[in-house]
Amino acid sequence: MSAPAMGTSKTAHDSSNKKKRGPGTLAIAYLVIYNVVMTAGWLVIAVGLVRAYLARGSYHGLYYSIEKPLKFFQTVALLEILHCAVGIVPSSVVLTGFQVMSRVFLTWAVTHSVREAKLSSTVCHLVANSVLSPVFTFGRAAVFVTFYCFVKCAWFSTRPYSLKLVQSEDSVLLFVAAWTITEIIRYSFYTFSLLNHLPYLIKWARYTFFIVLYPMGVTGELLTIYAALPYVQKTGLYSITLPNKYNFSFDYHTFLILIMISYIPLFPQLYFHMMRQRKKVLGHVDEYSKVE
Amino acid sequence: MSRTTFFEVEILDTKTKEQLCFLDKVEPHSSIADIKSLFHKSYPKWYPARQSLRLDPKGKALRDDDILQNLPVGTSASIYFKDLGPQLGWTMVFLVEYLGPLLIYLLFYLRVPYIYSKKHTFTSSTHPVVSLACACHSFHYIKRLIETIFLHRFSHGTMPLGSIVRNCAYYWGFAAWLAYYINHPLYTPPSYGERQVNYALMIFLLCEAGNFSIHWTLNGLKCEGSKSRRYPRPSKNPFTWLFVFVSCPNYTYEVGAWVGLSIMTQCVPVALFTLVGFAQMTIWARGKHKTYIREFKDYPNLRMPILPLIL
Repeated sequence: MSAPAMGTSKTAHDSSNKKKRGPGTLAIAYLVIYNVVMTAGWLVIAVGLVRAYLARGSYHGLYYSIEKPLKFFQTVALLEILHCAVGIVPSSVVLTGFQVMSRVFLTWAVTHSVREAKLSSTVCHLVANSVLSPVFTFGRAAVFVTFYCFVKCAWFSTRPYSLKLVQSEDSVLLFVAAWTITEIIRYSFYTFSLLNHLPYLIKWARYTFFIVLYPMGVTGELLTIYAALPYVQKTGLYSITLPNKYNFSFDYHTFLILIMISYIPLFPQLYFHMMRQRKKVLGHVDEYSKVE
Repeated sequence: MSRTTFFEVEILDTKTKEQLCFLDKVEPHSSIADIKSLFHKSYPKWYPARQSLRLDPKGKALRDDDILQNLPVGTSASIYFKDLGPQLGWTMVFLVEYLGPLLIYLLFYLRVPYIYSKKHTFTSSTHPVVSLACACHSFHYIKRLIETIFLHRFSHGTMPLGSIVRNCAYYWGFAAWLAYYINHPLYTPPSYGERQVNYALMIFLLCEAGNFSIHWTLNGLKCEGSKSRRYPRPSKNPFTWLFVFVSCPNYTYEVGAWVGLSIMTQCVPVALFTLVGFAQMTIWARGKHKTYIREFKDYPNLRMPILPLIL
């Protein structure tokens, strides 16, 4: 989900309250570099989105213009789990892990995968239906389906842009935009906190923008997963069926539905936690202006 | 002439600090358990098992057998109360946790309606290993139930309701999941056939016997109340010789039994259950191991928490 990592608000508090515990100088230098690089990366994505919009004149398909940096920088964020595990960032490993993994999941297992599945799945269908499938007991049906898949494959390869791929969905833009703005603010927040020079504006932005960005991101994510469902069901993406040697099955389609349902209890909890953090951090406005 | 100075005890809420109860003329040699019963009289819904009393709001809970006059309080004591929530006795907890998987597995074995497709309702599998797995799984949980009723003696009295719901969801959920695949009409028997099943069965039975031996031994140790003054040692029973290498061989044997069942059924969900159980039991074993080392200065160096020479 697009919520900024909650526990790390403690980092700001600790360093702004000048508690000298925690990471050494080398670790702080590394973290500053890391956060600066990440801020820059997400700025690149933001700029890429704006330029693509100005060039095309429409909101559609902007994902493709920033696909590679998005995947790169979102995946690099996995390092943050390591930071918590090693102890240079005072956050819970589980909480950070959960948030980063949900982002990475959406980036790779949904947005990226449902496109590849389009082409490779038709090949899989070909092979499965004509050779391996135990379900097809009727020879004629198997031949028909194979032929149909072959035709579909040929048709797809001649018409790449008329497909309704998940990446063309506007919902993708919704969460990419939300993530981009959130991450730029969050990483610059950490950078300034580590350097003990946190401008109030950044702090305010971090604890205020989420009010709109978080629901926006969640909406985009849910709509994208929902859009991916038909393809996953049709192609059997990432799914294992019975019978097999290890007596195991996995239905990615059901799994995605369960993920969507899990947003219902989790989103309010995270959202209201951020609200409480906001009251706590921004509530002491008077005291802070004295310190500054 | 005996002068008994009576104590005054006020009980305050940990969060709000308001006075919930004031007890005067309390005997100095009363225990915390007595205080809890007195408090229970004023607040019937807070039975003693769900009370947590402490001298400091952020401090540790007082034990039931602490004596009032031995505590660092004057004759007028302030004790903070925290509600631990509804509690269930350990025996009840384990009965519920173990009956679930036992019965749920049987539902899947018998292929009760609405689980598999209609034409498979109430049929039985053609593979003998499926019946064997059912027998082993049922034996495992029946053994656990019998041990809970007749063998184990628990140190704490109770467990909070929230934990029970969570534990039951875990045991029951996993049992349903693995039972679904083993008893599925499309179940594939093990790759190496009967030999694999027989070896796995042997591992399973040996580990069950081992696990029972360890429980029997541990039960013998608990002579007085909760604190045992001796640490477990190997005895004439060969299964207890694992004590030479391991602090908690009951967990070792438990993992072994599930490994046996995984090999017997060649089923990924069973292997996953074994893995998760192993992870949890390793955590418990390490805790127990640390406690042993702390309590007994002459604790043998060779012993590892759960796996000989490794973990």
